[in-house]
Amino acid sequence: MTKQEALFEYLLRRADDTLILGHRLSEWCGHGPILEEDIALTNLALDLVGQATELYQYAAKVEDKGRDEDDLAFLRLEREYKNVLLVEQTNGDFGKTIVRQFLFDHFQILLYERLMESKDEQIAAIAAKSIKEVKYHLKHSSEWVIRLGDGTEESHNRVQESVTDLSRFIDELFYQDEVDELLIKEGVACDTSEFRSTYDANIKAVLDEATLSLPKEKWQLDGGRKGIHSEHLGYLLAELQYVQRTHPGMEW
Amino acid sequence: MTKDITAEQIWDFLEDVKDPEVPVLTVVDLGVVREVNKQKNGRWQILITPTYSGCPAMQVIEEDIKERLQKEELEVDVKLVLSPAWTTDWLSEEGKRKLEEYGIAPPQDEVDKSVLFGDKTIVPCPLCKSKNTKMVSQFGSTACKAHYKCNDCLEPFDYFKCLK
Ligand SMILES: [Zn+2]
Repeated sequence: MTKQEALFEYLLRRADDTLILGHRLSEWCGHGPILEEDIALTNLALDLVGQATELYQYAAKVEDKGRDEDDLAFLRLEREYKNVLLVEQTNGDFGKTIVRQFLFDHFQILLYERLMESKDEQIAAIAAKSIKEVKYHLKHSSEWVIRLGDGTEESHNRVQESVTDLSRFIDELFYQDEVDELLIKEGVACDTSEFRSTYDANIKAVLDEATLSLPKEKWQLDGGRKGIHSEHLGYLLAELQYVQRTHPGMEW
Repeated sequence: MTKDITAEQIWDFLEDVKDPEVPVLTVVDLGVVREVNKQKNGRWQILITPTYSGCPAMQVIEEDIKERLQKEELEVDVKLVLSPAWTTDWLSEEGKRKLEEYGIAPPQDEVDKSVLFGDKTIVPCPLCKSKNTKMVSQFGSTACKAHYKCNDCLEPFDYFKCLK
């Protein structure tokens, strides 16, 4: 694997995480539990899709095969998407959407903090831009985890169920292989194992406050980084890609 | 195109280009125009930077800048740069004053967003100036605004939130 191939793959993984989660959040448009949250979730979606655009633009440039950010976002097959399984999980109730966001935001902030120091100037610039947005996301998701967890019996039980359900996908956030190894050596990527304990402590502090807990058993799933997804991604892509597949090259 | 024109004049022309989402601000007030440079080929280059990654106004701003300068028979290149990342610190004092007049509370000095459970920022009501206000949602009608309510005059208002 060349450095160029590794960099392209690394950027796709980052971009796909934000695009797929952004798309999931956009599904809440018009369906939020209250107007303010409808607006909040779509604002998060906009930030994430914006970050994905910056990452795909750079990925397309690195690949240098004449594809642009729209080709990468809309015209790949399911197995070519490299996002983690967490972000493609269905919205469920509002609490589940919040827990999914909470687990992701706490990872992203630690990742971007380090990528701001990347030797790759464009990655550093995207990270420095995105982290400002992620700070708002993280505050929003963390405060809701506390409000729902330490809320009514009903909200506590439902959000605890989502924590238990989605905790299976935490380890995969930290997944690394030869792509990361090559780029860590070059000072482009960061070693996620270096901030795993910080992540665990940060989410535990919020979960404690929320009277919630992670399950004891550590059964974990992965596959997303190699394109092996849960059944949910196909349906999501069918909707995401519909317009470009039906009317190729359409713009508005 | 080879008209004798200075960078200062170009900055002046850009004062006519409004932010499409907050039309009381110019793109210069907003701080999205970063540099105006004459290139080696004689063409002017305008560097702009987005407020938020997903800000849908950037394309419109780019078009509006080109259109304004075409009126001066100037062909320019507009380039989008990400670094350094935009911050509300770049909003001009004039811009903050215009925002408040327009009914949008300008950004206040805030604690770092990553500090959970931090002190709440006091955002004075742009209408009655009361400090007795309440945040309704951190997210508002556009990416750059939060939604507040005044406990005294009871009016809802937008807050142009800090981004640092
Ligand atoms: Zn008031």
